Amino acid sequence: MTATLPVYSKKDFQTDQEVRWCPGCGDYAILSAVQSVFPELGIPREKFVVVSGIGCSSRFPYYMNTYGFHTIHGRAPAVATGIKISRPDLEVWVATGDGDALSIGGNHTIHMLRRNVGLKVLLFNNKIYGLTKGQYSPTSEIGKKAKSTPYGSLDRPFNVLSLALGAEATFVARSVDVFQAHLKGVLRKAAAHQGSAFMEILQNCNIFNDGAWDSLTEKELRDDHTIALEHGQPLVFGKNKDKGIRMKGLELEVVTLGNGLTEKDVIIHDEQNRNPAYAFLLSRMDQTPGFPTPLGVLRAITDPLYETGIQDQIQGVIAKKGRGDLDKLLRAGDTWEVK
Amino acid sequence: MGRGVKRRPYRFDILRGCRLVAQSQGGLQEPQSEVDQPFMATAEAPVKSRTQETLAGAVIRFCGDSGDGMQITGSQFTNTAAVFGNDLATFPDFPAEIRAPAGTLPGVSGFQLNFASTDVYTPGDSVDVLIAMNPAALKMNVADLKTNGILIVNTDNFKDVDLKKAQMTSNPLEDRSLDGYRVFAVELTKLTRAALKDLGMDAKSMDRCKNFFALGMCYWLYSRPMDTTFRWLDEKFGNKPLLAEANKRAMKAGFAFCDATEAFQVRYDIPPAKLSPGLYRNISGNSALAMGFVAASRQCGLPLFLGSYPITPASDILHELSMYKEFGVITFQAEDEIAAISSVIGAAYAGALAITTTSGPGMALKTEAMGLAVATELPIVVCDIQRGGPSTGLPTKTEQADLLQALFGRNSEAPIPVIAASTPGDCFWVALEASRIATKYMVPVIILSDGYLANGAEPWKIPTVEELPSFPVKFRTEAGGFQPYARDPGTLSRPWAVPGTPGLEHRIGGLEKQDGTGNVNYEALNHEHMVHLRAAKVEAIAQDIPEVVPVGDPEGDLLIVGWGSTYGAITAALRAQREKGRKVGHVHLRHLNPLPKNLGSVLKRYKKVVVPEMNLGQLVMVLRAKFLVDAIGYNKVQGKPFKQSEIEAKIEELIGVTK
Repeated sequence: MTATLPVYSKKDFQTDQEVRWCPGCGDYAILSAVQSVFPELGIPREKFVVVSGIGCSSRFPYYMNTYGFHTIHGRAPAVATGIKISRPDLEVWVATGDGDALSIGGNHTIHMLRRNVGLKVLLFNNKIYGLTKGQYSPTSEIGKKAKSTPYGSLDRPFNVLSLALGAEATFVARSVDVFQAHLKGVLRKAAAHQGSAFMEILQNCNIFNDGAWDSLTEKELRDDHTIALEHGQPLVFGKNKDKGIRMKGLELEVVTLGNGLTEKDVIIHDEQNRNPAYAFLLSRMDQTPGFPTPLGVLRAITDPLYETGIQDQIQGVIAKKGRGDLDKLLRAGDTWEVK
Repeated sequence: MGRGVKRRPYRFDILRGCRLVAQSQGGLQEPQSEVDQPFMATAEAPVKSRTQETLAGAVIRFCGDSGDGMQITGSQFTNTAAVFGNDLATFPDFPAEIRAPAGTLPGVSGFQLNFASTDVYTPGDSVDVLIAMNPAALKMNVADLKTNGILIVNTDNFKDVDLKKAQMTSNPLEDRSLDGYRVFAVELTKLTRAALKDLGMDAKSMDRCKNFFALGMCYWLYSRPMDTTFRWLDEKFGNKPLLAEANKRAMKAGFAFCDATEAFQVRYDIPPAKLSPGLYRNISGNSALAMGFVAASRQCGLPLFLGSYPITPASDILHELSMYKEFGVITFQAEDEIAAISSVIGAAYAGALAITTTSGPGMALKTEAMGLAVATELPIVVCDIQRGGPSTGLPTKTEQADLLQALFGRNSEAPIPVIAASTPGDCFWVALEASRIATKYMVPVIILSDGYLANGAEPWKIPTVEELPSFPVKFRTEAGGFQPYARDPGTLSRPWAVPGTPGLEHRIGGLEKQDGTGNVNYEALNHEHMVHLRAAKVEAIAQDIPEVVPVGDPEGDLLIVGWGSTYGAITAALRAQREKGRKVGHVHLRHLNPLPKNLGSVLKRYKKVVVPEMNLGQLVMVLRAKFLVDAIGYNKVQGKPFKQSEIEAKIEELIGVTK
């Protein structure tokens, strides 16, 4: 690029539209984090496209001063795929929610990840349907009492990260709306990733499911209930950094450091492990009491990009056959002349 | 020399065939007893002379098990007839099951071809020559064979077990039920094996060539050169020369068999048709549509993007476009119908000529996304290759019952221009027209084709690129005064501002917009204004499409109004009826939304209006509602196209001709 990139500030990514989320909604924090990180990325503003589906989170594009597309329920990954594969030069981000991405749009979500289309996906998980006023969602816990389940829901929830890993997503991470510094760090890593970057962002709906993530976010609980994953660092957590996670057979176990057990005895986090089984174990360890919820990047591997593959195929054929000649195409095969 | 020939296993059968020939011609000729090189005939010339008769045209139908290769056989005869210069129309008719149990009635696959030295508009109402590979095929098709028509059957497939599979209680080759036809009972399987015996193939592989033996017989019967098919075999089996050789040999053997045995007393000539001068090729509707979009991409200057999910009978368009990578075409086989159209909406937003292809069930799934394209005013083209319904319906059979779905099948007021192709070749032009309207007016456009057009073929005069309409697209690039929903006063279209353009960052979506700014807006009067605006934009396209000019009588007793694939049958019927002095006109609608602006006045020039449709009366409902004319529906919903005779009978009924 010959033109120098303008120096952007957060303000350059804000629109004049009044933000219409409920006061106190976790979405504000996520919007703020994204608007803070985009100016740092060294990408011209006009190259950004933010695509969303339907739901509270999907109002996101209206508040981002970039190109934006508020599509229909569940279809954001498919629309974004069309944008990205026809224009690989664009930086396409998807804003979606647990209902949008995992219920009505579940199919598109897994296929986007399977193909490894270069999209960054922000999945706002508040474990509830907000815009339709409080029905349980595919991530709500069993027994959830909500508008449509007065006697408690019977559905088993998706483990969001396990699902993404099952689709062999090349980048899988988790952060929390209120952990701004952590969230921005994850956003930066996602932006740098080549391929589908899937981020589950735990987000509080203070109207219909207030406090859903309190056990992770409350000051006195968070250190014991979460573990911050860092590539190359040991899996250690707890207020006093005295608990570690190690392998026991095919399972994980929590151990207390000391008495001869040191950081050398626990797992060293390797986000580049190509075998998704490791990240899969991490993604679901908190389903067992005593285990922390992992935050940060579970998996970040390099795999061929879908949109690059498409372009390579086209260029390969052109290199072999020459650029298409319409006259020749129309006259191909058996023809005859009528005089 | 083939072992089969030495033993003359077919002698009885040929005599029997000749007996029937004798009945119709008044004399029985003893077949020549010595044939030295029966399978050595070349592609160029027959070995023995025979009575040669010139015909204006013929209708031939190949039918057999869906694994018997009838579609290939028919297509090859078609290509040869086309290259020879005949006008033609085809009707491939196959089951939805890829391989229904062999020999059963549901597994029967057929391919009908009408080829002539005169203009051909339909695949033909009845059949001159029927090739039936098994009893099931015979049972399902023999009713369409003309009295005294030629019937070639493979007697090797007429054992008790075969008859049972076809639910036949007696052998039609023996029970005299076929006495009204000229039957040629041929041991196709045995003769094919004999011809291929020294190629070292297993029996199963040899048997798969028997359709080419039958094809060779037909080439002999209609004096056709085999070289076009030989070339095709060489291409098709480039890596498997043995298979190419085997099929060629089977074909030559069939040709030589006819020549040597003198089973047929007459060979037929069908001279080339007098088509308008130019270079021609044979083309199917799906092929034409695929090439039409490649052409449209060039003519508007945008890359072509196809997002599609496989569905019968539309999949061939996806197959074909996926081969045209040298034109920069991106084909995306999506995870489902909804993803297909959604990806297309994304690609259109990003600046591609974006299209999706589907059939009725897929249309139903795409409905919500089409509404999004209406609301965001993005140019996409949705091709509905209609098939029988409702639900899964008749996947491989044709129907025109998606018209109302195309016109109205969305929530709320969501007008979309609808264009219908009338012949296989017309699909090419319709692709260009739909792309032109979509990009000029910033609207989604629906193309209606159907299974009959998609798989049917006709000779097509190849246009030069210079003859194609050009409609270059200009994206909005100036930032000054930009509003995403500002209107072009001429077309009412909004600017196409693609991501990547500095200064034009904007947001669009399915929520109601404020006119001009495009901001989300729920105000009552703005909404009403936008609903009217979207309707007016589509309505205004009527100023940009040709008026209708009736074919035949410009006024008179009866106007036939058709759309889509009924074109051929209506045209043929109209010609025949006008030759009998009837005052009939024909309007065939290409634009179904908006309708041509003079249509209302044309309808009123005739005493009666009839609308033949392969549905229960969808266009007729629209015409009655829009123009308050007492139009009469003529409806057929059998998964089959209209016959010329059916349309003619309706014309006579409505005009009051007493027989």
